[in-house]
Amino acid sequence: MPETLTFYALSGLAIGASALVIGQRNPMYSVLMLIASFGALAGLYIQLDAPFVAVAQIIIYAGAIMVLFLFVVMLLNAPQEDAAEWDRSHPLRPPVVARFGGMLALLLVVQLAWALLRAGGLGGPVAGLGDADVVSSVRELGRVLFTDYVFAFEATSILILVAMVGAVVLARREGD
Amino acid sequence: MELRFLVQLGIIGFTFFMLINASALLVLAERKIMGFMQQRYGPYLVGPHGLLQPLADIIKLLMKEELRPKGADKWLFTLAPMLSITAAFAAFAAVPWGAETTFFGLLDDPVSLGVADINVGVLVIFAITSMGVYGIVLAGWSSNSKYSLFGGLRASAQMISYELSYATALSGVILLAGSLSLREVVDGQAGTWFGVIPRWHLFLQPVGFIIYMIAGVAETNRAPFDFPEAEQELVAGYNTEYSSVRFALFPQAEYINMTTMSAVATDLYLGGWHGPFLSPEYGWIWFLLKVGAILFAYIWVRWTVPRYRYDQLMQFGWKWLFPASVINLVATAALVLYFNA
Repeated sequence: MPETLTFYALSGLAIGASALVIGQRNPMYSVLMLIASFGALAGLYIQLDAPFVAVAQIIIYAGAIMVLFLFVVMLLNAPQEDAAEWDRSHPLRPPVVARFGGMLALLLVVQLAWALLRAGGLGGPVAGLGDADVVSSVRELGRVLFTDYVFAFEATSILILVAMVGAVVLARREGD
Repeated sequence: MELRFLVQLGIIGFTFFMLINASALLVLAERKIMGFMQQRYGPYLVGPHGLLQPLADIIKLLMKEELRPKGADKWLFTLAPMLSITAAFAAFAAVPWGAETTFFGLLDDPVSLGVADINVGVLVIFAITSMGVYGIVLAGWSSNSKYSLFGGLRASAQMISYELSYATALSGVILLAGSLSLREVVDGQAGTWFGVIPRWHLFLQPVGFIIYMIAGVAETNRAPFDFPEAEQELVAGYNTEYSSVRFALFPQAEYINMTTMSAVATDLYLGGWHGPFLSPEYGWIWFLLKVGAILFAYIWVRWTVPRYRYDQLMQFGWKWLFPASVINLVATAALVLYFNA
């Protein structure tokens, strides 16, 4: 019973914080809400007997990537969004754009529902699918990552590398 | 069962109490050692040889008026010091500081000295300390002052740059020990080679230890890497606008972070509570001595090495320290593979 309670508390926190990320007018608070959401997700991973994934989530997303986000927000000194400005000249204001955005959101909901309905075995706990030790073992995780999923892993690495080179090329000044 | 729970609670309370004392003692130690290095006495008037100076400092800080600038962000200005101190205390929870003990037969099963035994302990400490930077960054931003903002910006950039080398240096030890649990890492360092040299990871990972210590000084924002507060350039950096207790929490968090960093270094590289002459029951004395030695080195470095320039800090971090730590990791991995195969 306490497990169910913590599950609902953590997922409620994750969803609520995520909603506040786009609901906030101050970009600084949006970033902080995103960090809270990542923290709640890490809590859910711990509940799924995957402490390594939880800690990696905190180190990489909450600890490293969000610090960069915060850095950029502070450096640009992004102003608070003004309600009056939204009425007049916001780029998302024209009905065509708004309808397109709404359609995308609807598509996402449909896809999520479809995926959830298709996936089986959601009734039981994840730890029941395999040995709990195997799920949490870092060694096992590394072995699987570099054998069964090595193609996906390397492809992701190359993708990130390409993005990084692209950022460097874009940021380079003419004549350097 | 009941007794065991009480003992566990006692250990947690004791650790917390010692951490608070560590921060107060370190303030005194810093001023005394600084005085010694500059050929003067340091604080001398409060108590015998100035021993009660931290107490006087605390009373002074508590009595001061709490100010908040008009343009400051009300919530984040209050939240920032709390985040700093919470992260500092929480990180120590995963640090074991003594061998398993029954307290001279008081308990039937041995209990381990330390708040929590986590099987991914090293990573947990790393994760929590990396959250501590938000306190500094938010303090810098919410103060609505340009000096504070620069301090916060520098903190975030510095943290990102040095965290990489820090984690990579630490991975070398993890590879040698084959475990992410700090207790298992320490237990792997028991005994000696040839009867004289202790089996510390320091002797297998000398480069890793140096990189770990340099990155650790940068992570805790200590001189020569104290850019977030650089007095000569930024008034006081991220804590310029703070006063009273809110201000006091920042240096306290810094000193506790130093203690955690030294304790982790002791566990990872210096054999934790293992040492000659003392039975394992008294291993925590060795642990305290080693942590004290590293903390002394911290203070020593602060009062002998001048601050870098900011661009030198970034150059050093990315062009020297990080490549060195990667080479160290690859070499360690190759040697482990060679000798274990």
